[in-house]
Amino acid sequence: MGAVEPILVVEDLCVGYGKVEALHHVGIVVEPGQIVTVIGPNGAGKTTMLATVMGLLSRSRGTVRFLGENLKDYAVEEMVARGMNLVPESRALFGEMSVEENLQLGAFMRHRLGHRDHLETMAWVFEIFPRLKERRDQLAFTLSGGERQMLAVGRALMAKPKLLMLDEPSLGLAPLIVREIFRVIADLKQTGVAILLVEQNARAALQVADYGYVLETGEVSLAGPARELIDDPRVIESYLGLGGKH
Amino acid sequence: MDLQIALLLGQDGITNGAIYALLSLALVLVFAVTRVIFIPQGEFVAFGALTLASFQAGKTPGTLWLLLGAGFVVAIVDLVVAWRRRKWRRVPAILGWNLVYPALMAGLILSIEPSKWPLLAQISLALALVVPLGPMMYRLAFQPLAEAPVLVLLIVSVAVHLVLVGLGLVFFGAEGSRAASFSDVSLDIGEFSITGQTLAVVLTSGVLIVVLYQFFGRSLYGKALRATAINRTGARLMGISTVMAGKLSFLLAAGIGALSGILIAPITTVYYDTGFLIGLKGFVGAIIGGLASYPVAAVGAVAVGLLESYSSFYASAFKEVIVFTLIIPMLLWRSLTTRHVEEES
Amino acid sequence: MTPRRVLALFLCLVALAPLVLSEFYVTLLNYIGLSALVALGLVLLTGVGGLTSFGQAAFVGLGAYTSAYLATVFALSPWLTLAAGMVVTAVVALLLGWMTLRLSGHYLPLGTIAWGISLYFLFGNLEFLGGHTGLGGIPVVSLLGFELKDGRDFYFLIWVVLLGAVWLTQNLLDSREGRAIRALKGGVLMAEAMGVDTARSKIVIFLIAALFASVSGWLYVHLQRFVNPTPFGLHIGIEYLFMAVVGGAASVWGAVVGAGVITVLKQWLQDLLPQLFGASGNFEVIVFGVLMVVVLQRAREGLWPMLSQWMPVHSSRRQVPIADFLNKQCSFGGSELILEVRDVTKRFGGLMANNQMSLSVRAGEVMALIGPNGAGKSTMFNCISGVDGPTSGDVFFRGVSIVGLDARRIARRGMSRTFQHVRLLPAMTVIENVAIGAHLRGHRGITASMLHLERAEENSLLAEAARQVERVGLKDFMFEAAGSLALGQQRLLEVARALASNPCLLLLDEPAAGLRYLEKQALAELLRRLRDDGMAILLVEHDMDFVMGLADRVVVMEFGEKIAEGLPEEVQRNPAVLQAYLGGVA
Repeated sequence: MGAVEPILVVEDLCVGYGKVEALHHVGIVVEPGQIVTVIGPNGAGKTTMLATVMGLLSRSRGTVRFLGENLKDYAVEEMVARGMNLVPESRALFGEMSVEENLQLGAFMRHRLGHRDHLETMAWVFEIFPRLKERRDQLAFTLSGGERQMLAVGRALMAKPKLLMLDEPSLGLAPLIVREIFRVIADLKQTGVAILLVEQNARAALQVADYGYVLETGEVSLAGPARELIDDPRVIESYLGLGGKH
Repeated sequence: MDLQIALLLGQDGITNGAIYALLSLALVLVFAVTRVIFIPQGEFVAFGALTLASFQAGKTPGTLWLLLGAGFVVAIVDLVVAWRRRKWRRVPAILGWNLVYPALMAGLILSIEPSKWPLLAQISLALALVVPLGPMMYRLAFQPLAEAPVLVLLIVSVAVHLVLVGLGLVFFGAEGSRAASFSDVSLDIGEFSITGQTLAVVLTSGVLIVVLYQFFGRSLYGKALRATAINRTGARLMGISTVMAGKLSFLLAAGIGALSGILIAPITTVYYDTGFLIGLKGFVGAIIGGLASYPVAAVGAVAVGLLESYSSFYASAFKEVIVFTLIIPMLLWRSLTTRHVEEES
Repeated sequence: MTPRRVLALFLCLVALAPLVLSEFYVTLLNYIGLSALVALGLVLLTGVGGLTSFGQAAFVGLGAYTSAYLATVFALSPWLTLAAGMVVTAVVALLLGWMTLRLSGHYLPLGTIAWGISLYFLFGNLEFLGGHTGLGGIPVVSLLGFELKDGRDFYFLIWVVLLGAVWLTQNLLDSREGRAIRALKGGVLMAEAMGVDTARSKIVIFLIAALFASVSGWLYVHLQRFVNPTPFGLHIGIEYLFMAVVGGAASVWGAVVGAGVITVLKQWLQDLLPQLFGASGNFEVIVFGVLMVVVLQRAREGLWPMLSQWMPVHSSRRQVPIADFLNKQCSFGGSELILEVRDVTKRFGGLMANNQMSLSVRAGEVMALIGPNGAGKSTMFNCISGVDGPTSGDVFFRGVSIVGLDARRIARRGMSRTFQHVRLLPAMTVIENVAIGAHLRGHRGITASMLHLERAEENSLLAEAARQVERVGLKDFMFEAAGSLALGQQRLLEVARALASNPCLLLLDEPAAGLRYLEKQALAELLRRLRDDGMAILLVEHDMDFVMGLADRVVVMEFGEKIAEGLPEEVQRNPAVLQAYLGGVA
């Protein structure tokens, strides 16, 4: 660290809906090739944070530096063009379109920027998720929950992102599928893409991550290397209420 | 009514129905992508027809001034935004599309005599004048309201319609005009003859529908529009900007509207405010399709054309009453068959 | 200056205007009054209720033509024809409303465009209504033996009617029925869960708006003594909507301001523009259209909010009325079984969201339903509260099956809930939001509300709401706008709203999410007290700390199924629960 510029630096980020503030002075750093996870209970502001970094929501204060560039007023498309991709909690698939069309659209911005390599990229995505290849002509809404999540991740990978942001990829999935998704996340790290992972499934997230943040009621309450957080009694406590306070 | 008349009315109905079908497709498209209920669609029909008629009459069409004016306003608005956000790279494109292009069109039209040109060239020129007004309209009226509720967009849509009708009166005057027939050919089947104009309308509509189908099914930009209609946030996360999708759908709608106008220009006398009722009949079709289904909308629109044609025979004074009252049972049917999941639009 | 004085000054000006102004200006004011009456209906319909109509001019036409026809052909008294016009309008409006109001959103305005056109062409093509030439020789209105022959006489009638309508509308909005109407815009789901019949509220405001338009038509026709279809066309209907939006559709005075601005502007532009363009025509629509677009882009609330900033017209009630207690619909005793869910299964397509779920809640018990995100807790909640029925299985509430009942009917039986994503009306005050919860405990209807004959009941409702606001600790925010509260306080407001219905069973959907530590403590304390009073509480929650300290029994769900049930301590040690919660894939 130090010499290499971080992929993403978020500092002093505040977001308010009306007068209600959802995020207070949040700071997060993602180094190249790292998996960084943000864990925390429902309503803590994790999704808000991702949406704000992506440009879907506007912030009331704070800075976002992506690939060394300080970004002020930006639209989602500009972030996609720069290499940031978000897989939202809802997956946001194009239900009435085929798997293949969904993937094609994942490369929309690359196509616009003049790259014509979507066939190779799609082959790579099919390698990661062979199940998608089998279902390439199926309409997205007919897929099972796990396949949908694979398609959502695969579609984001079609953009060959420099930073991939995943919002609750394990949400509502069976353990076997969760395991597969996390295996893919760990594998993706080898390809050099940096990952910002928001999760409820704290233990699984901390197992694959290099660094972790705990977000509670809009504030970072705890941060540190994932390996340390995983055994931190405060993390376990905030999740299970096993702290013996009663 | 004998068979002869029945067939004649049927021919009329299908000709009009084909036009309504095209319009209903554009309306469904614009609504699905932008959530705008595109009331000004009819003005594009009128402007298309009147521009072609102006060329043929040797007059400079009012749409030229409209294009110059709208381009100027868009350029100012966009330049202010570019200046505020320090996005200088956008300046050449802003100037090119909004000032240079209209100026070139003005130079071309004023220096030549379009009335002496062949029909196809006149049509192309008319489209080149009218179609860019679509994206410009999106930029000025709707882009700043992209996140607004459907109802606000609808009121804006009605307001834009009024503005265009007013401007139509300013630029084209209160007199109607009619373009020359595309061809004098007619196809005789027994005692019944199909006019060349009918054939032109039905064939062009058919070809256009196939082209649109291919565009949405095959091209990346067509798919991008579909994606925006299905899941706006998802599309944005792919880098498909709402603005681009909005402008593209308005471009297509303006094109479909203007072409429809050109097709009917030789059949009927078009006034500056004729488009509204024509557009609304397209709407009846679109509503039959629930503002969502293209094929149902198209079939519904043809049915509207036939109903209108036959009711003009039986009760010509009440033609409009019948057509627009039809929408009420259609809405009722919609309301009884759709299970409405209530939440704020 | 107090608001009351501003109003008094305004009324004086209105009363003195015809005595000092020239004929031209009196006529102009007459037209402003006529339009304002129609726009007032649109304020109620569009600005408050969130429904849009472009077809109000057609209702004006119905009132005008009915009266014109009956008064000329049958020589009926104009006062009789006024009633007849209102009846005709009401019948048509109920019919159209019944057909289009069940579809929310864009179908209604599209429908209004269609009938606006239809009725216009109908007026112009019916022989007995004089076709496009119209009907003339319409009799004069006489009041107490005094004939209102010219515009100056008629002025008073118009403005008395208009101000009366403003008064009625304002009364209505400031009442139990009014809160239900104000909930239509953005709060339908919430209002239904509080027992409000939102479909009825929609019909009511649609009807009132149509009747205002009809009366305006009656006034118009007896002022003009002549009628033809032109003033009832679609473009005039659009103009009425413009008036409401430009003036400020959220306030009754916005209608008056909007009608004034648009009418004067139209007058002025109709003189100016034809000279400018060197031709005659309705060029003012260009300016109106652009004005409209700019207003909606830049100041969607219209002119009135800007004007009212400069005038002390805000009179918000700051006092909680002292009133009788409301009757209680639930009295608690013992530990009777309040809720029983038996083998409920819910499928969405191929997805099994709930599989054979069973649980029960007794009076005086806090039952917690927990499980990871996506486990099916919300689906379970929806099955119980009537938002969405189960595919199979049964739900008994106080001994009666409630499967198939909608949220409103279930609320009526004594169940009340909060929402996972806070649903409140941000512009309304805290106490008013809470009072919506007490909706079912009041009974007075629309007419009583419009005439403010229901003040005793209204005071009781507000007093009850205030009591619940205090109970959850929001007393200091009683008259603040609900939208200005922090998220945690908004959740407490939802609890207060649910309590205002005096429920037997309280359903809480993640009440602690987003709350700070101390807020959670306070909420837990409140829920304990409610339980000790004998209330049954079912809560869905993520925060285990909160749940474990509070719940008497816990049911744990994963993948739509119950994986554990028991006392909090037992559940915490259950290996399946540990696995589900901490996750872990190794």
